Amino acid sequence: MVNMEVELGALKMRTPVATASGTFGYGYEYADLIDYSKLGAVTAKGVRMEAWPGNPMPRHCEVEGGLVNAIGLQGQGVKHFLERDMFLYSRVVKDPVPVIVNIWGQSEEEYAEVAAAVSAAAHPLIGALEMNVSCPNVKAGGHTFGQDPKVLESVVAKVRAATKLPLIVKLAPNVPSIVPYIRACENGGADALSLINTIPAMVIDIERRVPVLANRSGGLSGRAIHPAAVKLVYDAHRATKLPILAMGGVYEAKDAIEFMLAGATAVAIGTATFSAPDTAAKVCDGIAAYCERHGFAAAKELTGAICES
Amino acid sequence: MKHDEKAEVLENREFAAGYRYLVVSAPRQAAEMQPGQFVHVRVPTLERSALRRPFSVFNAGDGKVTVLYKTVGRGTEALSKVKAGEFVNMEGPLGKGFPLSCKGTAFLVGGGFGVAPLYFLARRLPKSILFVGGRTKDDLLALDRFAEIGVEARIATNDGSAGEKGFVTGPLDAAINEFRAKGEEFELFTCGPDGLLRAVTERALELKVPGWISVDRHMICGMGACFACIQKTVRGNSRCCIEGPVFKAEELVW
Ligand SMILES: Cc1cc2nc3c(=O)[nH]c(=O)nc-3n(C[C@H](O)[C@H](O)[C@H](O)COP(=O)(O)OP(=O)(O)OC[C@H]3O[C@@H](n4cnc5c(N)ncnc54)[C@H](O)[C@@H]3O)c2cc1C
Ligand SMILES: Cc1cc2nc3c(=O)[nH]c(=O)nc-3n(C[C@H](O)[C@H](O)[C@H](O)COP(=O)(O)O)c2cc1C
Ligand code: FES
Repeated sequence: MVNMEVELGALKMRTPVATASGTFGYGYEYADLIDYSKLGAVTAKGVRMEAWPGNPMPRHCEVEGGLVNAIGLQGQGVKHFLERDMFLYSRVVKDPVPVIVNIWGQSEEEYAEVAAAVSAAAHPLIGALEMNVSCPNVKAGGHTFGQDPKVLESVVAKVRAATKLPLIVKLAPNVPSIVPYIRACENGGADALSLINTIPAMVIDIERRVPVLANRSGGLSGRAIHPAAVKLVYDAHRATKLPILAMGGVYEAKDAIEFMLAGATAVAIGTATFSAPDTAAKVCDGIAAYCERHGFAAAKELTGAICES
Repeated sequence: MKHDEKAEVLENREFAAGYRYLVVSAPRQAAEMQPGQFVHVRVPTLERSALRRPFSVFNAGDGKVTVLYKTVGRGTEALSKVKAGEFVNMEGPLGKGFPLSCKGTAFLVGGGFGVAPLYFLARRLPKSILFVGGRTKDDLLALDRFAEIGVEARIATNDGSAGEKGFVTGPLDAAINEFRAKGEEFELFTCGPDGLLRAVTERALELKVPGWISVDRHMICGMGACFACIQKTVRGNSRCCIEGPVFKAEELVW
């Protein structure tokens, strides 16, 4: 039996497989179709202090190899999340795993306020915070905080001061080098990194000569971004000791194992769940089978186990 | 409860140019499916990252689920090539369907493939009339199936090739006036293009009769998890796949 447990900083996960923010609602919507015993954590959809309407329709477009979305972080605010969504999660899911709460704000102060509100709830099923500083779809509240290392360090430090929960920072992939951003996270007091968010993208309807998305552009996710994500995880792992939660186009165990060999401690499944909700379970089983085949006693031994001359 | 069944295709038959019935064996969904609910079908020959395609249920029972679909793009095109004996993954039952009771006569107002959920509904309601419109008589779907179950159809086509010439609101308004003159009760149920949905919503609100409106929006997850499928309602931005697809007329904001 392969030991599947991993630790993402202080977050203990029973398997190295999580779900990615924005693709798995608040953890319970897919409950009928999910074997939670194969999951190590679920990540909730981005939440801020107050309700937020999100972007106009259309909000997405299928492309070969994935999906371009500009949902725009619609949500009901942190109070509703804590009172209703966490309640439903704990009631609907029979065998629940820790929830990683993905947070965002329109100011540094708001990030800290959301973090403080989530911490204050002291919900036993909330396992960590994931700061989204890399959403390409909302002007204030994403990229602005993730595109300047100084701003990033400051906002991470403010959130750090507001919470004792394990703190994961989700970084933007579209930067010339990830290293200054990683330093900012380290200096700010982050416990782990999430890589990668969607890659800015656009689709044009050539017959009508208009952008397909009402927001004009969006973020590309799915199979197409996987190799780009592997490279960023690899670069990040070489630059830091912080554990990494990797995401971007995981459809089968092979993709997850690649991430782990490149340096990820755990992986998250996003877009693949939409076409196949059993992806996470299959990936988990596939990682275990790979470990057996290659003589790894524990999944955590895969982290950074790439062979290089 | 939602299921994701590996469903054997029993039939995938073209019944009019560009339109097919897909009949699959999906016993768990067939047993629980309600009119107005939908399924999310994974088209087996599309690349793995392709999204599922949502379809209303045309009929369900005896372990089978039937969908009536139009070939419009690469997903439905690929689906049209799937043969009996092959399998498709199908999630369902999804969404909130129509109510299964109706005061008086159910006025079912359909356009295009919007008649699909109305057929399933007509099978469950004691008394209904179908109002259906299209550009030409070729756009009128499944009239034979409605006739088989004894549902009267009142028709309008833009070119006058079947029924009265004009829009489906013509025969609908005539029936509304006729029923009101007789003091008979009716409720409105509709599925089709947005223009039709708005016209029926307006009538329901104006006449103060219950109106049940099935809204079709592009979807990603079909489960309420992604917020892609938005329709404005009095509550704000609502998800069609879970708060709908059937909404009450007074909930909708156009
Ligand atoms: C609740 C609901 C019920 C539906 N019921 C039926 C039905 O009973 N019969 C039927 O023929 N069609 C129905 N549709 C529409 C059907 O889902 C689309 O025609 C189909 O997804 C088109 O796929 P495609 O790959 O052939 O088209 P493409 O245009 O190539 O598809 C590209 C993308 O757009 C999406 N898309 C395109 N058109 C629509 C549309 N009208 N609605 C939603 N998504 C769309 C596709 O799912 C896909 O993700 C329904 C849609 C919804 C939301
Ligand atoms: C529809 C959709 C909504 C998303 N919403 C969020 C979000 O609210 N917060 C966030 O940090 N990332 C969000 N993401 C990004 C994913 O969490 C993930 O980082 C990205 O999609 C790459 O993984 P994938 O290729 O497996 O989907 C979203 C992605 C998609 C497709
Ligand atoms: S399609 Fe995902 S919420 Fe409706």
